[in-house]
Amino acid sequence: MVQVKIPTPLRKYTAGSGGVEAEGGTVAALVDDLERRFPGLKDRICDESGQVRRFVNIFVNGEDIRFLKHLDSALKAGDELSIVPAIAGGR
Amino acid sequence: MPSALQLVGNTPLVELRTIRDGVAPGVRLLGKLEGFNPGGSVKDRPALRMIEDGLASGRLTPGKTILDSTSGNTGIALAMVGAALGYPVELVMPSNVSAERKQVIAAYGAKVVFSDPLEGSDGAIRLCRKILADNPEKYFKPDQYNNPANPLAHYETTGPEIWRQTEGAVTHFVAAIGTSGTIMGTGRYLKEQNPAVQVIAAEPDDAFHGLEGLKHMATSIVPGIYHEEELDQKIGIATDEAYTMVYRLGREEGLLLGQSSGAVLVAALQVARELDEGTIVLLFPDFGDRYLSTNLWRGWPQREA
Repeated sequence: MVQVKIPTPLRKYTAGSGGVEAEGGTVAALVDDLERRFPGLKDRICDESGQVRRFVNIFVNGEDIRFLKHLDSALKAGDELSIVPAIAGGR
Repeated sequence: MPSALQLVGNTPLVELRTIRDGVAPGVRLLGKLEGFNPGGSVKDRPALRMIEDGLASGRLTPGKTILDSTSGNTGIALAMVGAALGYPVELVMPSNVSAERKQVIAAYGAKVVFSDPLEGSDGAIRLCRKILADNPEKYFKPDQYNNPANPLAHYETTGPEIWRQTEGAVTHFVAAIGTSGTIMGTGRYLKEQNPAVQVIAAEPDDAFHGLEGLKHMATSIVPGIYHEEELDQKIGIATDEAYTMVYRLGREEGLLLGQSSGAVLVAALQVARELDEGTIVLLFPDFGDRYLSTNLWRGWPQREA
């Protein structure tokens, strides 16, 4: 299982939880698993073409997946994945 | 008053001549370029007013430090005003604000405390409250979310400028909401001059968004200065659409603006398409330079539809 950190604005999909578990050999597979467990979550993270939305950052063990293999980045059990909106919101 | 602060306000209006899809010829779209403020954003106005108010009321005295929670533009404005007036400034913000913001604030000499990016600006608000509670005598907190001097700054400056610059012809005012100070104060002034003026707010269409500085009111700590009943309309804007408008503004109008401006333009076009005539004033909060390192521009030519 991969440990997934959920930002506050997305916790309405995870019954309020900021930390959930999911499975997948790649980030893409994991996002699909998250969608099975928490319907509606994927559409917030990815657009209609399946690409990660521009303002969303995904980190695997602290590394931005843009510097790995984007959605094809590999995951193994025990890894930590964070979904972080690129901005703070507010002023 | 020091000369840097005398430059706050009195920003220009520009007419948008190209981005007018589906808009009737009798409708004018006028953008107010708040990036021309000395600190680079509309927030110079309330920052200056709140600090002047603090000094006048005696809540800010020599030896105190100015403290607030901010995602960036207010922080920059407070840092600038504090530097110009000789007061130390301490700011709480989420650690995922843009690099430019962090650097500019440090250049003005202010100290930053970072809050958890996963908690967003509400996390910064909470941490700031804690810092203040732990050491109340040390600080003056302008409290931009609750301080009436925030909308008052716009009632006294932004609103009158728009009225004068449009020679009273303004029919609609569109602004994005963060603290809501801009739209509350400006809207109040404009409606006093002409009750028929429509005041329209642009906000993110979801709690999970990429519009730095803006608040999705339904899911956020609601600012004390926000009075939704004073708005004629509130439009939810998708982040992707706002970003696309930023790119168009650069290429089609020659204006390099921030993403809030993109959101305001999306909202204003929606309003404009319903009209046969009108003079719509759009509040463009800042220029695009301070977002160049952010996701807004990351990989954008390759991903443009």
